[in-house]
Amino acid sequence: MSTTEKLKMTPLYEEHVSLGARMVPFAGWNMPVQYSGVVDEHKCVRNSVGLFDVSHMGEFNVTGRGALEFLQMMTINDVAKINIGQAQYNAFCYDNGTVVDDIIIYRRGFDSFFLCVNANNIEKDFAWLKEHCPKQGVILENMSDDYAQIAIQGPKSRELIAKVVDVKITDLAYYHFTEGKVLGTPAIIARTGYTGELGYELYFPASVASKIWKGLLQIGQDYGVKPCGLGARDTLRLECGYLLYGNDMDNTTTALECGLSWITKFDKNSFIGKDILLRQKEEGLKKRLIAFEMQDKAIGRHGYKVFSAKENGNEIGFISSGSPSPTLSKNIGMAYVSSENAKLGSEIWIEIRGEKKLATVVKKPFFVHGSVQG
Amino acid sequence: MSYPNELKYTKEHEWIKIDGKKASIGVTKFAIDQLGDVVFLELPKVGTNFNANDAFGTIESTKTVSELYAPATCKVVEINTAIVDAPENLSQDAYQNGWLIKVEIDQVPSGLLSASEYEKYISEGV
Repeated sequence: MSTTEKLKMTPLYEEHVSLGARMVPFAGWNMPVQYSGVVDEHKCVRNSVGLFDVSHMGEFNVTGRGALEFLQMMTINDVAKINIGQAQYNAFCYDNGTVVDDIIIYRRGFDSFFLCVNANNIEKDFAWLKEHCPKQGVILENMSDDYAQIAIQGPKSRELIAKVVDVKITDLAYYHFTEGKVLGTPAIIARTGYTGELGYELYFPASVASKIWKGLLQIGQDYGVKPCGLGARDTLRLECGYLLYGNDMDNTTTALECGLSWITKFDKNSFIGKDILLRQKEEGLKKRLIAFEMQDKAIGRHGYKVFSAKENGNEIGFISSGSPSPTLSKNIGMAYVSSENAKLGSEIWIEIRGEKKLATVVKKPFFVHGSVQG
Repeated sequence: MSYPNELKYTKEHEWIKIDGKKASIGVTKFAIDQLGDVVFLELPKVGTNFNANDAFGTIESTKTVSELYAPATCKVVEINTAIVDAPENLSQDAYQNGWLIKVEIDQVPSGLLSASEYEKYISEGV
């Protein structure tokens, strides 16, 4: 994508520009990468509360008789375990076990599900679902253009959101949602997020996005709220070891290789990719997504090659995500390496501009003391 | 944003302060602001020689890596270790304490920009 003319804009584009955000192309959208600065925004979310425009994400409705069975077949997690009012992290896989997308499913009713999918995958995911959708019973709708989405993340997010909704927010448990009004507009109010902090994601009609964004910034002044961009979103999620589709998983890595075994439920009935994933589980993985910390003073970034630090120093993989960690003041990342090099404590080399720099395989997540369950 | 008149500038956003055969080299405030939070600098060893326009190091922000290009044919005589240790200070002081390397100049290429030319150049949205 070479020009901004072809990029899509969220309903909050004008708000970002008026706040002085630096806009960048991301997943076909013209999105704010930062306002006051990545580190400043990152710390604001860890310490108080930040607002993210995530309206570029996609929303689908899957409703009607057979919706549950359809989603069970399409996804790797057990959709039957979701109660009404609950959300679940899940993923679509191809027949070969590689990942179509990671998603969040919200169950609004017995036969009513609301899916949040990645911006870059909206068309692909919808076509994938449509291809497999039963001819009768299940109604599949792409609602992405109708919804705006704002994430409110940070230890003070509950105090802020309590001021703008007409429902009792203190009772809302992690990965649960409710439907109420935000500043007078009907919305889905979900206690979900991508930062490791206590947080909420609001889904509401795109037509009122500016009003809600401005209202949250205004009322949030008492809690030190700041608008935050994709830069901080990326460093926050990386510290927590959360995967980013397109970096840490895609159609070349299976759900097990990228560490989604915790949501791969082999005890449910058949689902797309199950046979291959089950065989892979039994035979063992050839490559794995590991977390690393740089030991040498250097930053390992997406795409850099990884080598074994043992005798012959063979190439063993590549970095999927890498960045300085503003909270930990370390340079961290995730990489795909051959399984024999994935052991905790293993030393690896990262090739950075022709030089090999030392890093150590460490346990995920990097950052464990977030307020997410608070 | 001000661009000191005593400095010369490159289109790659380095500045050079020439004092006879010696010079200090740094990056402009404009470039630093574009990069965002500067978190890492990789600078050459003292004694390294560069031709004008050679990459002499890298500057990294939280999100990106950029090469630094030599504004003149020169030999490195000093590295600013204080700024290597605290690259975040660059955004506060790009032109004084934020110098990156000191060099002995062999040859200065034609075409370096004056402050007003540089200001015009970046105002054109480059």
